Parts: sequence; C-alpha cells; structure tokens
Amino acid sequence: MRILGTGSALPKLTVTNDRLAGFLDTSDEWIATRTGIRERRLLSDETLQSLAETASTRALENAGVAPGEIDFVLVTTVLAETLTPALAMDIQPAVGLKCMGLDLNAGCTGFVAALALAKGMMESGQARRILLVSAEALSRFVDWNDRTTCVLFGDAAAAVVLGEGEGVKAIAFDAEPRREVLCAETPPGNSPFAVDPAPATYLKMAGQEVYKFAVSHSLRDIRAMLDMQGLRPEDVDYYLLHQANLRILEGVRTRLRVDEARFPHDIEFTGNTSSCSVPLLLDVMNRDGRLTPGSRLIFSAFGAGLCTGTAYVEW
Amino acid sequence: MDNVFEKIVETIVDSKGIDAASITPDSTFKDLNVDSLDIAEMVMTLEDEFNITIELEEGIATVQDLVNLINERTKG
Repeated sequence: MRILGTGSALPKLTVTNDRLAGFLDTSDEWIATRTGIRERRLLSDETLQSLAETASTRALENAGVAPGEIDFVLVTTVLAETLTPALAMDIQPAVGLKCMGLDLNAGCTGFVAALALAKGMMESGQARRILLVSAEALSRFVDWNDRTTCVLFGDAAAAVVLGEGEGVKAIAFDAEPRREVLCAETPPGNSPFAVDPAPATYLKMAGQEVYKFAVSHSLRDIRAMLDMQGLRPEDVDYYLLHQANLRILEGVRTRLRVDEARFPHDIEFTGNTSSCSVPLLLDVMNRDGRLTPGSRLIFSAFGAGLCTGTAYVEW
Repeated sequence: MDNVFEKIVETIVDSKGIDAASITPDSTFKDLNVDSLDIAEMVMTLEDEFNITIELEEGIATVQDLVNLINERTKG
C-alpha cells in the first residue's frame, strides 16, 4: 500500500494566545514556552463535516484519483457531529463518493491505527483505493474555563488517498491501558433504567503523566521500528510525530540525537489536532516540496488509551 | 537517601544551568524557573537512575517534595 495523495482543511478562525489571555489567566509567553503553540484554528460557523469534505476533495485531486474509484472510506475522529450515521458516510454526497465507510476512534493514535486497517484491507483484496480522513473538533469537548487544557488544542481535517504499491512498509502498536490520565465522558442519555450514570465531562488530562508516557513510548517505538528496518536514526529523513507539544518532540529528538530539521512541526499554528496532526503535517510537507520520491519517514502517534502507533513509510 | 537530593540538584543544574549552591531542599520549583514539564523530564531521568516508576501527583512544589516522593518509591 502507498499514499497516493494528501489534502487538508483548517477552520478559518485563527485564535492567538493573546486572544485566549483575554478571558483566561494565561499569557502568550506561558503557553509558548510550555507547548510551542502560538495560535490554533477553531471551528466557528463551519462544521467539522465541511472540513472533512474539503480535505477529502483536496486529497483526491492531489492523488489524481476520481471519487468513483474509492471503494472504502475510513474516518478517524474522537467526536463527530453525529453519533450516527458515521462521518465516513455523511461526507460522501459532497465528495462524490458512494461506498462503505466507518468511523474509528483511537484518540490521537487514530490515523496510524487506521493506516494499519487500510493496509490489511488492501492486502486481503477487500479494497483497492481507500480514502482515509482524520477529522477532529477538540474545541467541542475541552473545558474553556480550564487554562491547562483548552489552550493546547485546535480543530482540523486531513486526508490521504491510499492505493496499491510499495510505500507504507511497516506499522506497529503498543498500549498501556490507563483511563484516568486522559479521558472525557459522553452524555449519559435519559434512560429511566440507568442507575447513577456518570455525567458528561470535558476532556481531563494529567499533563505530566501524558508527557512522560509520550516521550518514553514514542522513543521506544521509534527505536524498535529503526531496528526492524535495519536503519540508524540519521537514515530517516523526517520523523512526523503527533503534534501534541513541542517539548515532547524535543524530548524524543534529543534522546534520539538527530538534528532539528528531521523533526518537522507545525504545532505553532495549529495546536494539538489529535489524530489529524500527522496527516496534516504530511500534507504541508507534501505540498511544500520537502517530500521527494524515496524520502524515508517515520510516523509516531500517541494518546488516549493510552496507546501508540508507529509507521515506516518510503514516499 | 541524601543522594536523591544530590541527583535532583544535578538534573536541575544540567537542564537549567542554575548554580548548584543556590538550590536547597526548600527551594520551590517556581523560584528555580522549573515548570511542570521540566519536573516530568527530571522524573524520567530519576526513574531510570533509581529503576523505579513514579506517578506524578499535583502539589510537588519544592525540591524536598520531590525527594520525599522518590524516597517513598525506593523504600523496601
């Protein structure tokens, strides 16, 4: 399986750290030094579905693949506009698709997890062309009164078109099931039979524990992937890490002892966009010419679960 | 375990370039300009050093608080 094309779409509203400091006890300096984030894009009058549709259309155009050639849609999202139907079905009329689609949730690891499912579907002959879309609207379930979490996230959609060929060489996962450090509860509904249902909560995160998990596991995953491929750290052109926090990227990069150019980032402008962050950065790099045929890439994603996913890709 | 304090001082000196003599058990991380992710970084180093796992809790304010947390985990 290989990646035939990429696309992305961001909300039009840019919210700077200074704007957040207008209603939260925070500052540009506080947020930037702890996270690397300067601004993020947030949904205002558009829908997550519209972003997913635009990202999909752009990816199809970039791939030179007609919508009618897609025979399966996978969407990764923590929270779409509808509980049902799946966003993977809802985007189809606008994009010109007519095929089976389903939504997946593996938190910030979603994109890498879905890549593995797509690879299995290709290799088993279930599908020949798959549209994989990551669409996230964290702004809808972070607590806008909690300065330690709401400043971290942004909304976005990013898509890749997958087809037959050589490119996505290997994918691996790891997990450490722990709920309390990163979770959000869904609304309990109004069943008269439910006993003491847990109320809905905004996203809760134990930042230091997540940081330790992310740095230690991403590093371990990357080293394992390098070993598996018989590569040294400097043999990989770019490490596309989930853009959760610039300090996490630096924590991994310095331990791996590679130069800064191999750890690209766009978190300054997007915040943490959960499962979107890797395909979003991939699209930026694809379009600005950093990716050339044969470029060696490692994707490393980590997040709620807790779980991690790592992929080795030759462009 | 005095060497826990010494090790914490060493990691702060390494990462923040602060003079070791200015760090006492009562020093607050805030005064040392050590933020929450610096503490997490430090704890990762200490976990490797002492071969322990530390779950970070809220309320680690002073160097002594961190010494106490590590001493608890290395007991027995």
